[in-house]
Amino acid sequence: MTVAPEKSDVDVPEGYVKLTIDGEEIVAPKGELLIRTAERLGTVIPRFCDHPLLDPAGACRQCLVEVEMNGRPMPKPQASCTLTVADGMVVKTQVTSEVADKAQQGVMELLLINHPLDCPICDKGGECPLQNQAMAHGRTDSRFVDKKRTFPKPLPISSQVLLDRERCVLCQRCTRFSDQIAGDPFIDLLERGAHQQIGTAETADVLDAASHTSEPDSASAGKSASAGLDSASAGKSASAGGQPFQSYFSGNTIQICPVGALTSAQYRFRSRPFDLVSTPSVCEHCSSGCAERTDFRRGKVMRKLAGDDPEVNEEWICDKGRFAFRYAAAEQRIRRPLVRNVETGELEETSWTEALRAAADGLAKARDGKGVGVLPGGRVTLEDAYAYSKFARVALRTHDVDHRARAHSAEELDFLASRVVSDGGPAGGGVTFSDLEKAPIALCVAFEPEEEAPAVFLRLRKGARANDVKVVHIGQWASPAVEKTFGELLACAPGGEAGAVDGIAQHAPDVDEALRSEGAVVLVGERAAEVPGLPTALHRLVERTGARLAWIPRRAGERGAVEAGTLPTLLPGGRPVTDADARAEVERHWGLDPGTLPADPGRDMTGMLNAIVTRDLDGLLVGGVDLDDLPDPALARKAFDAAEFVVSLELLPSTVTPYADVVLPIAPVDEKSGTFVNWEGRRRPFAVTLDGTGALADCRVLDTLGVEMDTDLFTQTSDAALGDLDRLAAATARAAAPDHPSAEPPAPGDGQALLATWRQLIDDGSLQIDEPALAGTARRVVARMSRATADGLGDHVTVSTDRGSVTLPVEVTDLPDGVVWLPGNSPGSKLRATLGAGHGAVVDIAGGDR
Amino acid sequence: MGIFDPVKGFGVTFGMMFKKVATEEYPEIGAPAAPRYHGRHQLNRHPDGLEKCVGCELCAWACPADAIFVEGGDNTEEARYSPGERYGADYQINYLRCIGCGLCVEACPTRSLTMINFYELADDNRQDLIWTKEDLLAPLLPGMEQPPHPMRLGENEQDYYVNGPELARDRGVPEHETVETDTEEAVR
Ligand code: SF4
Ligand code: SF4
Ligand code: FES
Repeated sequence: MTVAPEKSDVDVPEGYVKLTIDGEEIVAPKGELLIRTAERLGTVIPRFCDHPLLDPAGACRQCLVEVEMNGRPMPKPQASCTLTVADGMVVKTQVTSEVADKAQQGVMELLLINHPLDCPICDKGGECPLQNQAMAHGRTDSRFVDKKRTFPKPLPISSQVLLDRERCVLCQRCTRFSDQIAGDPFIDLLERGAHQQIGTAETADVLDAASHTSEPDSASAGKSASAGLDSASAGKSASAGGQPFQSYFSGNTIQICPVGALTSAQYRFRSRPFDLVSTPSVCEHCSSGCAERTDFRRGKVMRKLAGDDPEVNEEWICDKGRFAFRYAAAEQRIRRPLVRNVETGELEETSWTEALRAAADGLAKARDGKGVGVLPGGRVTLEDAYAYSKFARVALRTHDVDHRARAHSAEELDFLASRVVSDGGPAGGGVTFSDLEKAPIALCVAFEPEEEAPAVFLRLRKGARANDVKVVHIGQWASPAVEKTFGELLACAPGGEAGAVDGIAQHAPDVDEALRSEGAVVLVGERAAEVPGLPTALHRLVERTGARLAWIPRRAGERGAVEAGTLPTLLPGGRPVTDADARAEVERHWGLDPGTLPADPGRDMTGMLNAIVTRDLDGLLVGGVDLDDLPDPALARKAFDAAEFVVSLELLPSTVTPYADVVLPIAPVDEKSGTFVNWEGRRRPFAVTLDGTGALADCRVLDTLGVEMDTDLFTQTSDAALGDLDRLAAATARAAAPDHPSAEPPAPGDGQALLATWRQLIDDGSLQIDEPALAGTARRVVARMSRATADGLGDHVTVSTDRGSVTLPVEVTDLPDGVVWLPGNSPGSKLRATLGAGHGAVVDIAGGDR
Repeated sequence: MGIFDPVKGFGVTFGMMFKKVATEEYPEIGAPAAPRYHGRHQLNRHPDGLEKCVGCELCAWACPADAIFVEGGDNTEEARYSPGERYGADYQINYLRCIGCGLCVEACPTRSLTMINFYELADDNRQDLIWTKEDLLAPLLPGMEQPPHPMRLGENEQDYYVNGPELARDRGVPEHETVETDTEEAVR
């Protein structure tokens, strides 16, 4: 029996306790788990189920230590991952206690009884906590001579995640993750005692069935379980319980499984940890800016894992961030510059020098004619956006630049200029991820967190679970995100969001009240641009209540592009174009003659397209823009067709390529360095992952193009570009607040409905090509409407406008009457391209044939 | 120097003429290596012709000279190269780097990788000294079939691994013939 040292000079502050671990005194905050206190001392107690971001479970019993309280030893070794520290506790870990060491070896032996000798074919081999801890804390030989428990393997629990039940140590990290963090009931413990195993509702059905190769029983929903790696069908199946079988976060379970029981279909057998070179990176898919780790082998990205950034994504990322990266290695990627041959009309590969000269000559001619518009797209890094911004002003001498490749409005411009740009980010008191966790209320307006910024959704859910954050959604239906954030839905018609915000004091006084409390936040999505008056209404709301407002766009580059001034009304650093002092400052910085920058704002995206059609603009310089994302793809096609000269900076052939006169290939994020600015305004710098591929970042290409046009941008590298931008201190003047009238949503007539729409996270986005496993977990593509609206339509509905129609199965949902919801860009439901309509439009609905 | 010394010198020369010649007539007459000599590698097969390599990369891991490159692949029901889930889709040994230590053979968990006596590993260019899976795979012996094909020994995996050798005899693999027979022996 050890006696705690009687006297010591360690001070114990308020809220702390003093205990002894392996004979060393340590002070720990009350409520800390023993396993973490020991960690701080440098003693690593072996563990499987313990995870700092999951609730303690004490499931694996690997972390046993000897504990003594008030001089009396506890009768049995205790699990240090569930035991909190207490004053005067005396703990002996495996380092000093034979009992603890023996207990740990015993548990390890039990765990290994049923564990197969799969290490050579297991993806976890080489980075496996079980392997490592068996070496460190296990017995050298096995005493088990009987038959091991076996299961058919592997069992696909989704098109992305494969389960090997033989390898599972039943730590329940995966089930706790899906239950606590993601809120998707996709995986759970089944059976009892020696038969206990991980599974899904589907796997329960096929428990004793021959194997995963057995024929799918078409009547039951066991389809995804039997479809193996062929994912196409998995997405459409529903589990036996009738629950649609998808989670946007399932990839995280692969990463936290401490053994190789959950493996990734995409990464399966691709490499071993020692083959991989790991680089920290930042996700390019949404505006959350999650930290990632990119692992590559021989110049090819093999996988992406969640990075650990407690301020942003903690240790989680969504499946899109994890699995959608092969677009950069797609076969059709453009790797050489292309110039259109005047005679044949075909794009032909050529040298950089020739392509740059052709592009520079064409742009200069168009500039000296009616002018050139610049459309950088919303996926640019801060540096690339700055290069576009500067190129437009310096080389093309225009403010006709707009990165918003989506629905946009003049009101949104005012909103961005007055409320979003240069708000200082987290340092300047902007809303942060951590604020979401502690806010008394988070009001989401025209924003679908799970689909548009999954990391934000996870924080909201964490806040709602841990701190009772009240999450209120102004939207159309109780989407999964509403349910999983324990949220309250204030339903309104699409287009009626402005009215709902203005009237909040009347129809939801409690929400209004809560918004007045300290720390309240309002989150608005990019869909606000489609609702006239909404930005203004939000501005009024936060002025009135004192709540803080954050704009959360979908694309990763949007916020940075606003900062870099790729908008017709903004110069870099949030300087209004119309402010003479601001212009003079920028002219000085760029070495331009005073008065060079036009005093009037430029045209926005739609303005530019119209101008081309009416021959008021000659050329276009386009970045990563898909014409089918634009508010009016038909107008866009007409304009691109009419344009005299089009230069496209692209990675993959796109809808712009057929119209381009010169195509300049640019680097994907893996092959360049740069900075994304996430919705918080936080800079997320990343270094190059695949070095030396020869691919050039947009800023470099534009810099060289500038030189060809006799101007110098000083954006040769992203460092240079960022330095140039940062030397231009943030603006002091701010644009005036938006003040635009709102409009009542139109009343749909007979056989009509109002269209509500947003994009689903996993859809037909251009960065998701070549990812069948990911596509398999997309949500079902359905049309949603209320029972009354669906009445008489049958089980399919055809939604049409004068441009085209979309037919989808009907799912009755709690929408307001007279509203139909469709996913924005999913297979079979590409609204902009087929209907030419967006959120709030009036559409015809009719019963459809299946 | 005595006057008989030159004669003595010739004595040595003449004496050698009647001793056993140590010269090896190489390459006209090839010299056999010692039976356990570590020559080039071979990737062995199961008695039905499926590959033993599971693409686990342990050989590559063990190799002190970084001479081996392996990439695993996924067996499907349509295209099966080895029993089980995983096979070696890409396998390369760079004989410019290999030091013949045999650690890879020790690391191999399936006894897929062994070394045979063949030692004529010289060439006039670097490219040809990177041996790929096609070069390294053991020859197809009687009863073996070129993969991909389903597992042909017995009904299930139990049969395949435990009763495999016996079932192989039934398929025409001669008695005393091991499945690790190398090219030379097979030719003989
Ligand atoms: S599958 Fe992995 S994470 Fe889930 S219980 Fe088993 S070992 Fe733990
Ligand atoms: S024999 Fe040695 S050096 Fe040659 S491949 Fe095997 S491990 Fe590498
Ligand atoms: S880590 Fe403590 S019981 Fe699993």
